[in-house]
Amino acid sequence: MIVTLKRWTVSELTRYIRSLIDADYRLQDLEVEGEVSDFRIPGSGHAYFTLKDAEAQLRCVMWRDALQRQHYMPQHGDRIIARGYMSVYEAGGQYQLYCRELRPAGIGDLYAQFEELKAKLQAEGLFDSARKRPIPQRPHVIGLVTSPSTAAFQDVITILSRRYPLARVILSPTLVQGDAAPPQIVAALEALNARPDVEVILIVRGGGSLEDLWCFNDERVARAVAASRIPVISGVGHEIDFTLTDFAADLRAPTPSAAAELATSITVDDLRAAVHTLAARLNSAFSADLIARRHALQRATHAFERFSPRAWVDNLRQRLDGLVSRMFYAADHALSLQRASLAGARRALLAFNPEETLARGYAIVHGPDGRVLRDAAAVSVGDALDIHLYRGRVQASVQRTEKNGHGRESIVV
Amino acid sequence: MDERALSFEEALAELEATVAKLEAGGLTLEEMLTLFERGQELVALCEKALDEAELRLETLRPPATSDQPISGEESGE
Repeated sequence: MIVTLKRWTVSELTRYIRSLIDADYRLQDLEVEGEVSDFRIPGSGHAYFTLKDAEAQLRCVMWRDALQRQHYMPQHGDRIIARGYMSVYEAGGQYQLYCRELRPAGIGDLYAQFEELKAKLQAEGLFDSARKRPIPQRPHVIGLVTSPSTAAFQDVITILSRRYPLARVILSPTLVQGDAAPPQIVAALEALNARPDVEVILIVRGGGSLEDLWCFNDERVARAVAASRIPVISGVGHEIDFTLTDFAADLRAPTPSAAAELATSITVDDLRAAVHTLAARLNSAFSADLIARRHALQRATHAFERFSPRAWVDNLRQRLDGLVSRMFYAADHALSLQRASLAGARRALLAFNPEETLARGYAIVHGPDGRVLRDAAAVSVGDALDIHLYRGRVQASVQRTEKNGHGRESIVV
Repeated sequence: MDERALSFEEALAELEATVAKLEAGGLTLEEMLTLFERGQELVALCEKALDEAELRLETLRPPATSDQPISGEESGE
């Protein structure tokens, strides 16, 4: 019987082995502990190294994006725990570990401790949001818990100087790493809490390794932060680092600089703007007041003029003027009427003047009794008559009387 | 105490009260003028305080533990 073996190409076989590895779920997410050897990052930005123990070696790769998220950077000889998945690099014929995360070995204990302590403090309510106190917006006195020999300290001072130089900073110096740090940090917090003037406390430390930052995961420190009478802003490490101090603080800032900014939410520029606004309001209130007073004065003047005795007198005077002129007018009018009627009367009178009649040749005869004689019957022969002519008088006596057409008697002198 | 900052705070508080009083009105001309002049003084005072402000730093006595130097901390930001 002839047995024909399947003849693989190298590619086929490699691909097959790869598929076996890829299909095994136990190899898709795993942790391997070992010693780092030949750690290198060529121009591509990916990291290549070997993990080994006494008897074996494992090729490892970590892609650039995973490497950039990596806080801890392994060095040759480090004992580390690598987490990732197994696969095959076909071109090199190598099975290798594709790492997602690398951390120093031994830290695992720390992580467990951290999680355990965190759970315990959380259960006690130390991290409750109800415990968080508001941060004052314009602190006069800012407490600072850090080491003065660090860059974080300088950063905080620079930012506070720029944003809110009205404040006074009380530095409570302490170690910020190592086993001696926690009691010092606690003492530094207590020293600030003993002062009546401190309104907010910044507890800061720049970035560092997990071990460097570990003192901020100390139970004593977390409890002291939670117990602080004064609100605490924490700014420990970088954005990705969360410590128990952060959880216990009233406000967690991603960095020391951010903590300084959060402590000064109102800046000197805001205050300057507020003063300018007040100055503008002051000026416009002043102008508005003056204008209102001027209007009130005008109204009062008008009212005064309307109701004052002077206006009353003026008014009377005007009425008097009117009456006087009406009186003059009336008098004038009456006078001219009189004058006109006088002239008429004069003309009428002239018409009755006996002189005029005498001038025309008539005479007036007075009887013996001196009265004007109109009827011949009123006299007898021999009566003396007094005759008025236009010029002069004639004395005569009656010789005879006759009747005329009127049944009257004529007198013949 | 914090003399200069306090005087700024006081000046600002008084300025706010002064402006509020002026805006409320109901003052005699005399009072109004006095308040306005005071307000102007306060504005100048506030601006001077802001312009001249300088952060003051006071250091408490460090805890009585060994004064070992701090090493290994990265510069941070």
